[in-house]
Amino acid sequence: MVKINIKDLNIWFGSNQALKDVNMEIQSHEILSVIGPANSGKTTFLRALNRLNELNINFRMRGLVELDSQDILRINLELLRKRVGTVFALPTPLPLSIFDNVVYGVRMHGLKKDLDGIAKQALEEAYLWDEVKDRMGESAFKLSGGQQQRLCIARTLAVEPEVILFDEPCSGLDPISTAKVEEAMLKLKTKYTIVLVTNNVKQAARVGDRTAFFLSGELVELDKTDKIFTAPSDQRTDDYIRGKFG
Amino acid sequence: MRNTQRAEKIAFFFLFLATLFIIVPVGLILAIIIQKGLPAINWQFLSDIPRQGMRAGGIFPAIVGTVYLVIGAIIFALPIGLMAAIYLSEYAKDNLLNRMIKLAIVNLAGVPSVVYGLFGLALFVIFFKFGASILSGALTLGIMILPIIITSSREALESVPYSFREVSFSLGASKWQTIRHIVLPNAIPGILTGTILGLGRAAGETAPILFTVAAFYLPQLPHSLFDQAMALPYHLYVISTQVPNVDEKIRYGTALVLLVMVLFMNLVAIVIRYQFRKKKKW
Repeated sequence: MVKINIKDLNIWFGSNQALKDVNMEIQSHEILSVIGPANSGKTTFLRALNRLNELNINFRMRGLVELDSQDILRINLELLRKRVGTVFALPTPLPLSIFDNVVYGVRMHGLKKDLDGIAKQALEEAYLWDEVKDRMGESAFKLSGGQQQRLCIARTLAVEPEVILFDEPCSGLDPISTAKVEEAMLKLKTKYTIVLVTNNVKQAARVGDRTAFFLSGELVELDKTDKIFTAPSDQRTDDYIRGKFG
Repeated sequence: MRNTQRAEKIAFFFLFLATLFIIVPVGLILAIIIQKGLPAINWQFLSDIPRQGMRAGGIFPAIVGTVYLVIGAIIFALPIGLMAAIYLSEYAKDNLLNRMIKLAIVNLAGVPSVVYGLFGLALFVIFFKFGASILSGALTLGIMILPIIITSSREALESVPYSFREVSFSLGASKWQTIRHIVLPNAIPGILTGTILGLGRAAGETAPILFTVAAFYLPQLPHSLFDQAMALPYHLYVISTQVPNVDEKIRYGTALVLLVMVLFMNLVAIVIRYQFRKKKKW
């Protein structure tokens, strides 16, 4: 089933075109890895899916992004971002306690539910519960970098999104923390649709069902991860994966 | 090589000397005022009304008047200044109108305080018919400290990392929710510091209250917002220049009380900032 449908997406920041005629369908419950060198447009692509690009005042866009066949520009902005959550490259805890971080989004959406239960479930799904269950009142900044990143994942999960966008979530993490985050992602795809932007080609190969390769704002190739990494149909994809540039 | 070292030593000497000079006036002012004013300070001086044509008695009405003016100024200036600062730093787009507003604030800060006094006289005392009253004086002082409050509040708001806002938006929080729950709580210490520094300035100014509120001699406490009141800076001016044969220690005692009030407010600001730095989490 198609979760997100992208048609002729063009994005500019000022006079600089960041995405060129991107067409793509993202399936429900898949992990789509997005790879490409710096400035290839992969983060812009990701942020287009829940309109985070609009925080940049020079942003312009042409084209269509649909979530469940509905134009995302017609969905209430706050609701869209609740349905399509983001985990950023660097751990970004809010200056609140661990507990308040996890339930921040839930509170903002005015859902007066069982906050303790939501926090526990989200932290369990992010493989962090056992490490923080006795220190929920402490500042989130007391956690290690890897724990902070899993906290951010839990915080995104707590608002019960449908799609989770990961923007190079392991770029600042050590290998063990990275493995934990990847483990969480693999588990999460049964419930959520995941788009993973990564600089780490091996990570894309490990967790992605399908992999998209971006270069200079264009989608060069999108195929099953096995195919991309064994027999890509475009020479540029092959070059990038073999580390010939980028 | 030797030349470089000598130049280094000379540069250090002069730079250090210049820095040292900053301490000298502050120290001297404090020393002289404390030395000459301290003998005047006693309970009667702080709690009694002026007597014998201000040549004896205390300065209680002037202290109360200054406190009222400062409180009035903050009640007026803090909400307006803070809301303007939030608009400018969080909502305002970079267009001609907003650039003009920002320029106006900078210029407002540069207006001489006596001009505020005249402005207050024309607008509040005469046009709005508030008369010479605490209300007129507090509003005039409030307008005078608005730029200080706006500028320091904007700095405090903008020092909250952008990533916090981005995270909050990404979780589906609205702009106002983000400001209310993330930006403001982390900016409050900076806002308070700026406000208190502004108040210290308001407490010490003479010119803005000269035409709008200050009574030459009023040996009673004000009863309402529309009463005139004595105020410390103006009282000091009066007993120093307008009334002959005032004992020196009364003049310096008044100056000392005013100085201590202002320094105390600055101290509060410093303590708040220090406490916050200690607790700062990012």
